[in-house]
Amino acid sequence: MASLIPCPHCGIRPKEEFSIRGDASLVRPDPESSDETWNDYVHIRANPRGRYREHWQHVAGCRRWLVVERDTFTHEVFSVSDGAVRPWETSR
Amino acid sequence: MRYSAFSIVKNALSGNVNWKPAWRQPEPKPFYDVIIVGGGGHGLATAYYLAKEFGVRNIAVLEKGYLGSGNVGRNTTIVRSNYMLPGNEPFYEFSMKLWEGLEQDLNYNAMLSQRGIINLFHNDGQRDAYIRRGNAMWMEGVPAELLDRAALRKMLPYLNFDHARFPIIGGLLQKRGGTARHDAVAWGFGRAADKHGVDLIQNCEVTGIRRENGVVTGVETSRGFIGCGKLGLAAAGNTSRVGQMAGLKLPIESHVLQAFVTEGLKPAINHVITYGAGHFYISQSDKGGLVFGAEIDGYNSYAQRGNLATVEHVMEEGVTMIPGLSRARVLRSWGGVMDMSMDGSPIISRTPIDNLYLNAGWCYGGFKATPASGWCFAHLIAKNETHPVARFLRLDRFERGYPIDEHGAGPQPNLH
Repeated sequence: MASLIPCPHCGIRPKEEFSIRGDASLVRPDPESSDETWNDYVHIRANPRGRYREHWQHVAGCRRWLVVERDTFTHEVFSVSDGAVRPWETSR
Repeated sequence: MRYSAFSIVKNALSGNVNWKPAWRQPEPKPFYDVIIVGGGGHGLATAYYLAKEFGVRNIAVLEKGYLGSGNVGRNTTIVRSNYMLPGNEPFYEFSMKLWEGLEQDLNYNAMLSQRGIINLFHNDGQRDAYIRRGNAMWMEGVPAELLDRAALRKMLPYLNFDHARFPIIGGLLQKRGGTARHDAVAWGFGRAADKHGVDLIQNCEVTGIRRENGVVTGVETSRGFIGCGKLGLAAAGNTSRVGQMAGLKLPIESHVLQAFVTEGLKPAINHVITYGAGHFYISQSDKGGLVFGAEIDGYNSYAQRGNLATVEHVMEEGVTMIPGLSRARVLRSWGGVMDMSMDGSPIISRTPIDNLYLNAGWCYGGFKATPASGWCFAHLIAKNETHPVARFLRLDRFERGYPIDEHGAGPQPNLH
């Protein structure tokens, strides 16, 4: 994992300031959705080896939720953006 | 060749030039009744029990690297059956019993050492939780002992009992727990499986799973297409990648776990000890090195290497528990890729594809399960029926709402 993360609000910060939630490509389904849709959201993960978009929170900084795009094998970080600013709801 | 004291003497007298390789290096055949993907502990154990206990012939194990190059050679070698939940404990106890007879069964010295595992606790609530766990073990017929502070002081005088924040007030002991030499477990299962006619095919990476009319007909590999009647996946940290080849949707994330060993020291730590105020565990190898580790790094990773922040955290935990550790020098550290499931418990299961079977989700507890995992997976593949002690470890338990969540952490893999 890269040691330094460029937070869009705080600048370059050590990665230990951040807390990792997980896969950012998941979209919370409608409450009335089928059990299968909910199961996919709660339990099923694509778990790619390569590019991956993840929700991180800058808990020791701006406390914003961010989307970090990185590689799960090389640990290279490609981009960091604010979770609310960028339309991250891409299809899975 | 059968190993014995006599064979050692005989070969020593003849200059040790007559030892035979422990297994063959066969070329892949065009078709096998059963193919196991993954030549680690679980895959090799599965092949061995398939051949020996369930009478299946014509088996191959495909390994992309060399035998035992994954997590079976990257763990902290701990063997135990001190789980709490009814979905887990009978399974791990079955494994413990297999460990106890394993070396005779395999004719291989796995250096099983039942030195006892002690889980420390630091406050009243934690003591209650460990009493509950001990009682749950007794209900499955597994002996557990509660140790008070005085007993612990006698057994483990080097612990930091009076730490201001995390004083040690007792521990839960499973005497039959301990360690086994991890590489020897892989080699022993591999050699025994080979003896039963299993083809162990190394440097053979599976690149695709061919399906016709909804069933698996074989696998594409780096050494060509190999047909099969049944396919078993035991690919540990790469389960998602292999599963994707068959279109499986899996409740798994891959995470990295680090482990460490110090330089060799004189015998100092006679048990396996786990810290209750963190997730630190330590034992001493027969060679003298202190072997220890803690939690996963906490981010998805397919790299077999970890982060320095976690290294620092592990060292801090160790020194908090045993101040004398600060004088030991770390020799090596390494990382392994864990298939973390959504509830922290494993999966031995059928899949939506009739002749495809899955062995996965071992999180960072797969080593102790090696014999039982192999046995139960072999049972499932041979009979198409779940083994009784593994009946809760189904893939569909998540969608049905029956997770086996020992930590109570919810569907968040980096918290298990």
